[in-house]
Amino acid sequence: MCRRRSPALTLPTVTDDLLLTARDLTKKFGDFTAVDSIDVEVRKGEAFGFLGPNGAGKSSTMRMIASVSPVTSGELRIFGLDPAVDGQQIRARIGNCPQKDLLDEELSVEENLWVYGRFFGLSRAEVRQRASELLEFAQLSERHADKVEHLSGGMKRRLVIARSLINNPELLLLDEPTTGLDPQARHVLWDRLFRLKRQGVTLIITTHYMDEAEQLCDRLVVMDKGRIAAEGSPRDLIDRYSTREVVEVRFDTDEHAPHAAPLEGIGERMEVLPDRILLYADNGDAATAAIAQRGIHPLSTLVRRSTLEDVFLHLTGRTLVD
Amino acid sequence: MVGYALWRFVLLRDVLAFRRMWWLFASGFAEPVFYLFSIGIGLGALVQDVTTDHGLVVSYAAFVAPAMLATSAMNGSIADTTYNFFAKLKFSKTYDTMLATPARPWDVAIGEILWSLIRGGIYSAIFFFVALAMGFVRSWWAILAIPACLLIGAAFAGVGMWATTYMTSWKHFEFVTLAIQPMFLFSATFFPLAVYPEALQWLVKLMPLYHGVEIQRGLMLGDVHWGLLGSSFYLLALAAVGLWGASRRISTLLLT
Repeated sequence: MCRRRSPALTLPTVTDDLLLTARDLTKKFGDFTAVDSIDVEVRKGEAFGFLGPNGAGKSSTMRMIASVSPVTSGELRIFGLDPAVDGQQIRARIGNCPQKDLLDEELSVEENLWVYGRFFGLSRAEVRQRASELLEFAQLSERHADKVEHLSGGMKRRLVIARSLINNPELLLLDEPTTGLDPQARHVLWDRLFRLKRQGVTLIITTHYMDEAEQLCDRLVVMDKGRIAAEGSPRDLIDRYSTREVVEVRFDTDEHAPHAAPLEGIGERMEVLPDRILLYADNGDAATAAIAQRGIHPLSTLVRRSTLEDVFLHLTGRTLVD
Repeated sequence: MVGYALWRFVLLRDVLAFRRMWWLFASGFAEPVFYLFSIGIGLGALVQDVTTDHGLVVSYAAFVAPAMLATSAMNGSIADTTYNFFAKLKFSKTYDTMLATPARPWDVAIGEILWSLIRGGIYSAIFFFVALAMGFVRSWWAILAIPACLLIGAAFAGVGMWATTYMTSWKHFEFVTLAIQPMFLFSATFFPLAVYPEALQWLVKLMPLYHGVEIQRGLMLGDVHWGLLGSSFYLLALAAVGLWGASRRISTLLLT
């Protein structure tokens, strides 16, 4: 558990703008390897994402970064500190927004912030001042004295984020920040996260929503089965692993596989899914025209821009949301 | 400086939460008072004076009252560190949230044990004044009765919390009842130790409540002897071991 820096595995000197480095970072639970020797670097002020399906190892990675889960092997440095040695110092500088809204239902909205803030060494007056600012930021000022259980899902999420900011963190960890929220609540939340980013807070986000990763992240890694499948900016990844556009072709049938052969050769690449066929092409309209030219009449064709979902599909052969 | 005595805020959390549930308070001290009235006074009317293990002759109610005081201290701390602790540990995940801050597992354990002592201490104090008003307090040594209650409470809180970390379902609380009930009945609470055969006496002497009863009986009846110091150390040791074990288990369970 308490791994010391081994001489063979020294990290390059942590430069001023590197906030987090992981080398061969591994997390095992018994025989199960949740995180399988990943390398990650996050710079200051960056919004960095872990994209992947459930069970990819995102949350295990986040918990190690949050210094609440011991590293099994490999090296992890946050602010240049080792969580096995300086976990308390690291936690003091992090805002942690876990996957589940773990709010204290026996306390009011503002009491949740007060108590949490005191653990970071803030005085009574500081905590009250900070709480009222954060409730303003989270658009919860009017609900300050309410019981937590009466808040909506979106409000609870915003309160958790407000709580995670009470110590003015340099690094904010957001594990699935918008899972389970309606579209409106998601946009409110994204707006708040953009503001934090503009203020210079480094964000590390896990998500299994492609649009979220594309919206929020400067750079991301795609995780699958505990490993990193690809790394780059959303645009990079799409350019590297997909085409500019995608044509989604549906037939009036239960089985799409038999329809694949006649489409062969249209676009650069094809992916056959149970409910549709994806044709990867730089020019979607040209591809659609080519389908018609061959005398094939699908139920529908839809041309859209490539997304990270296509990247993920290409890298792993599976769709992302499961 | 990061993380100095953060158990204070575990305590703060409990105080804030409890302000909404003050009515739960009543249940905790009612039980020993009821026993004092029914057994001590009701049964006491039928029973002759009792000779304590140290040769003092007292009325039955005066014999039972110190035992009920020790029991109230036990009940008060057990409620918070077993049942309520389990709910926060497993369901409301209160401690997962705390451990994401600079707080550490022992801050959680110390904070919760102290809270249970505050609550249990208040129960005991109320009971003590009931006993005092009814004339069951015979000695100035009884000034130490409330601190002694805190010691009894700490022993049960520590061990109770440690045991609770091994529980995985509400059904396991039957074991708490299974441990508390015989202890309540047989720890020289309702009759002197001398009524048991020698072999059983040794078993009774292992029970923490027996030592709590010994201390309270000694203080309230003014029958103070060196053995009480031994009993105190026994309870103190249980408190320390319980706190140590509970902290370690909280770490094992939550920091995975």
